[in-house]
Amino acid sequence: MTIAHDDVRSALGTDGAVSAAGQTQTQTQTMTMAGALNRALADAIAADPEVVVFGEDVGALGGVFRITDGLTARFGEDRCFDTPLAESGIVGTAVGMAMNGMRPVVEMQFDAFALPAFEQVVSHVAKMGNRTRGGIRMPLVIRIPFGGGIGGVEHHCDSSEAYYAHTPGLTVVSPSTPQDAYSLLRAAIDSPDPVVFLEPKKLYWSKGEVDTSVTAALGTARIAREGADVTLLAYGSAVPLALEAAEVAAGEGRSVQVIDVRSLSPFDDATVTAAVRATGRAVVIAEAPGYVSVASEIQARVFERCFEYLEAPVRKVTGFDTPFAPPKLEHWYLPDVDRVLDAIDTLHWEDES
Amino acid sequence: MQHHDMLPRDSAVRLIDADGVVTADPDYPLPDGETLLAAYRGLVEARRINDQASALVRQGRLAVYPSSHGQEACQVGAALAMAAHDWLFPTYRDAVAIIGRGVSPADAMVLLKGDWHSGYDVRAHRVAPQATPLATQLLHAVGFAHAAARRGDDTVVLALCGDGATSEGDFHEAMNFAAVFGVPVVFFVQNNGFAISVPLARQTAAPSLAHKAIGYGMPGQRVDGNDVAAVLAVLGEAVDRARAGGGPSLVEAHTYRMQAHTNADDDTRYRERAEVQAWVERDPLVRLRTHLRATGALDDAHEAEYAASADEIAAALRTALNTDADLDPEDLFRFVTATRSPQLDEQWQMLRGEIERSTADESVSSTSASTESGASR
Repeated sequence: MTIAHDDVRSALGTDGAVSAAGQTQTQTQTMTMAGALNRALADAIAADPEVVVFGEDVGALGGVFRITDGLTARFGEDRCFDTPLAESGIVGTAVGMAMNGMRPVVEMQFDAFALPAFEQVVSHVAKMGNRTRGGIRMPLVIRIPFGGGIGGVEHHCDSSEAYYAHTPGLTVVSPSTPQDAYSLLRAAIDSPDPVVFLEPKKLYWSKGEVDTSVTAALGTARIAREGADVTLLAYGSAVPLALEAAEVAAGEGRSVQVIDVRSLSPFDDATVTAAVRATGRAVVIAEAPGYVSVASEIQARVFERCFEYLEAPVRKVTGFDTPFAPPKLEHWYLPDVDRVLDAIDTLHWEDES
Repeated sequence: MQHHDMLPRDSAVRLIDADGVVTADPDYPLPDGETLLAAYRGLVEARRINDQASALVRQGRLAVYPSSHGQEACQVGAALAMAAHDWLFPTYRDAVAIIGRGVSPADAMVLLKGDWHSGYDVRAHRVAPQATPLATQLLHAVGFAHAAARRGDDTVVLALCGDGATSEGDFHEAMNFAAVFGVPVVFFVQNNGFAISVPLARQTAAPSLAHKAIGYGMPGQRVDGNDVAAVLAVLGEAVDRARAGGGPSLVEAHTYRMQAHTNADDDTRYRERAEVQAWVERDPLVRLRTHLRATGALDDAHEAEYAASADEIAAALRTALNTDADLDPEDLFRFVTATRSPQLDEQWQMLRGEIERSTADESVSSTSASTESGASR
């Protein structure tokens, strides 16, 4: 792996995500997304004695991305601890803990390495509440670093969100800003239902203002940029890409709205439908392969609910239907600004008077 | 604990043999007469539950029944070895143990009847939902025990699985997590010889399944699974050790699945009748009855009482399964998440509309149309 761990560590340190005094600070601070996630975990542990964080290398090391940096030192082995290297074991024991009153937050090291836990996620995490007619809820969070753009070798850059979003019973969210990373993770930990929390690796080191008093509701999209001519629908690492494309398009005289979908399941149809009906044009952007994807589902929903309002077909810009590219080829694979602008250009603007 | 103390014996612990003869054991004392009498009653009821449920499958009242006929000593022993506040994590073949923990026969059969995926109050009975995917529940048991130990309560968790499940990855991960964290779990493997059609020899080359324990750093023991006295003694010791902070252990019961995997299976394709017949001689009920009759602990009055009790349970099963539950289609959407999503509500409204229209159609075509219209909830 060629991940710049030291950058994360220094970001955590300089921005004071874990304060030395262990006091909760509520003022707005500039943080990296990694720092905001760390802060959310720390605040959740401090707020609720049943919250525990565990996984591979999350203790002394602080996680391979340092998201759990300092938690064991600050809160002790009881609250943040390393497990044997076994993802099904991590998620399966989290199920049992959740049955017995705890609120586990588990870390999967990389997206592809969460797959050994897939049976536990699909067969039990997602179904236990339904199976027991609400008698046993699963208040647990499965944190998964996902996506590419970091020069990672095979198995380190996958986007598996469609598998989870396809599974009834799971809440699936992905933040694209440090503020949402903090607020959505706190909301996920507070949720009575299981949440798959997808962290875009490419954005771990992005910085932004974080107000720890701000809450976010699971199941809601966020309007990231107002615009009147076309709506870009994106999540995770595709959101800053959409914002960049919107900025370029603005220079060409187009007013581009950007919606950060952020909740992949349940999907915020109300916000997205209202937005696209207003602009009449939409492009869905996501990094994952496009076939049978979250992006194609969003595309279908928008077509179905906005058809009479559309000036052009809903386009999507996604990864190719290939295994994720090797590091030296990923710039061809990943959606970029030009590809988004090309898609916008196809939206039947010639009909405009 | 010394390494050699983690190894199971070369042969299974047996206190009462197939002829009802007691052999004194240096490590495992014979349970007292009262306990054995209770166990015998449990066996009589268990056999009746198995046979009644199988009959109800043939009558079309149960979708399927994986019978524990022949394994009743394991089922009864598991239920009796636990304290009231302990938790059981069962599989689909453990309905008898679940009933033994106080779940009503009707509620225990809901999964197999098809009214819902689980039918009993998990917390009230301290019995997890029956797990269908093999070995997955063992990890839940470990996590549950971890939470109990962390809280400082003295709950012990008894986790059940079969011989086939020991080949699954989750079996390995559960053993390993349990031992590394030292949680109060007893893994009880009912080795009944077959995973549907595949015999034990194709599951493992280990000297015994109990030998796997030392590989995780926990004690393993093997027990005659058709001797309820031995099952109670060995499980009792394991439960006591877990409760005292001694950590997890693995108990393998040698038993036999007397019937096919389920009614959908044909066991004549993969095992000889002579093999099945040989296990009839080792029936768990017969040996205990012989022993208790010989000691005088069991008399005709007891036998009549137990038979009557088994009749009652069988009658309750028949009544429950011959009664069609009042099923609410909205339940499909009601429990998926704590709060129903707008999408699920939209889907329920669609289904409700379909039901209302079909109810209205039926009303129009029936003579009682005036009283039926739009009666759906």
